[in-house]
Amino acid sequence: MAHTGWFLALLLTIVKSVALLVILLIFIAYILYADRKIWAAVQLRRGPNVVGPWGLFQSFADMLKFVFKEPVIPDGANKGIFLLAPFVMGMLSLAAWAVIPVSEGWAIADINVGILYIFAISSLSVYGIIMGGWASNSKYPFLSALRSAAQMISYEVSIGFVIITVLLCAGSLNLSDIVAAQDTGFGALGWYWLPLMPMFVIFFISALAETNRPPFDLVEAESELVAGFMVEYSSTPYMLFMLSEYVAIITMCAMMTILFLGGWLSPIPAWPFNEVPGVVWFVLKVCLVFFMIAMVKAFVPRYRYDQLMRLGWKVFLPISLVMVILVAGVLQFTGWGAGMAQ
Amino acid sequence: MSVAALFFYLFSAVMIAAAFMVISSRNPVHSVLFLILAFFNAAGLFLLLGAEFLAMILVVVYVGAVAVLFLFVVMMLDVDFAEFKQGFLQYLPIGGTIGLIVLVELVLVVGSWTIGSTSIANVTTPMPPGMTNTLALGRVLYTQYIYLFQASGLILLTAMIGAIILTLRHKVGVKRQNIAIQNARTPSEAVEIRKTPSRQGV
Repeated sequence: MAHTGWFLALLLTIVKSVALLVILLIFIAYILYADRKIWAAVQLRRGPNVVGPWGLFQSFADMLKFVFKEPVIPDGANKGIFLLAPFVMGMLSLAAWAVIPVSEGWAIADINVGILYIFAISSLSVYGIIMGGWASNSKYPFLSALRSAAQMISYEVSIGFVIITVLLCAGSLNLSDIVAAQDTGFGALGWYWLPLMPMFVIFFISALAETNRPPFDLVEAESELVAGFMVEYSSTPYMLFMLSEYVAIITMCAMMTILFLGGWLSPIPAWPFNEVPGVVWFVLKVCLVFFMIAMVKAFVPRYRYDQLMRLGWKVFLPISLVMVILVAGVLQFTGWGAGMAQ
Repeated sequence: MSVAALFFYLFSAVMIAAAFMVISSRNPVHSVLFLILAFFNAAGLFLLLGAEFLAMILVVVYVGAVAVLFLFVVMMLDVDFAEFKQGFLQYLPIGGTIGLIVLVELVLVVGSWTIGSTSIANVTTPMPPGMTNTLALGRVLYTQYIYLFQASGLILLTAMIGAIILTLRHKVGVKRQNIAIQNARTPSEAVEIRKTPSRQGV
């Protein structure tokens, strides 16, 4: 009978994973819609408003359109890698959600090295871009893939240092423990965004660069590189690329929520806010961060490539390095660190 | 067979197959991609051993950074694949003989290898209860092995400085941008507003 228990656990995990994926993808459909609506509102346009009431079904219509179109594979392309690239990209971006706790105890895998896992997975997404760019066997995709790889590697460094400062404060690599460490009884004022404000800003900007969002969307700078590494892609493979890009953005929003905005914690630790389920706060915080990201897209003009590299290596890297030393020093000498008691 | 054993054989088999494909595939880019697959399975084996921190670091450092550089270099090489295949049969006897000799030597050396009793005792040291992998590793690394740790850090620093010195070329006559000067400019000194009457020019 030991086997049935093991089998049930496996079945439960599969059911949970599928449920999370379905909810996540529907959420992504509306995030896409929100992105276009916010962008339109800033530019005094209406945005998508035809499919369904207020255009609410626009994303689903787009998805159907992509699926029913003909996938074109260029003659000179390396067919296997060409088709593998969007799948790698889609799989990696969704895999990160396995460890993200959307509420207390609501993670599919509550592993001890959760944050390292997400960092590892997000550092792999560069492969989808390089493989797609190289396998297309075309000039613009290849140039854009090289650009993008250099950009993502540069900003990963500062993201890593930002994560280290949060880890020093929380004293754990487990995402649930990081959220629990922010539960100090002061509500929103006790979360890490306030004491680690500079790191929050650096993480936000690095997340934009890491997910190739404007103003750092040099990968698909349409004025110079046509559509970047996706030039040769059409139909479902293209949709996978676009989808995984948005999943990666939401993953970054969730990371910011967990690391700096207290995850599922209520901003005011008193009745009636305590009664609201944690997952509601989590989703609201993710939406807030995404709203900021969408506004940046609408406001800020695109960076030049050398400015982008300078910002990553000459500004963010030294600042975050100094902050790591500073935070470690403060924690050591004041004894505030969570890991000090042991 | 337990689930762990099943995964062990799965990871090992895929890893060996991937490692074989690294040396046997014709296209160097495919080789690098197979190398990445091998790294991945090695990380899986670490996970099975309970060394979750090492597994993640392997993925972050080797797959996320080192292999990307490999891929960069290999992609930009201009390799003629037909030329590759041409000489293969010609060099097969010599290469095969050398490979065989090296294999025999390795078998002889490794076959007579005995592992010290202290090392064997260390292998089976269980993790202290109630301690995570990362914490246990940090405890040993920053106390017992602090000098070795610092020394390896210094070696890496030296290597980094060496690489920068080898590749840094100061070109003369290149106009560089000074971002501070650019940012310090104000509209009053950068923009000149003139009223131009029509048909007369400035």
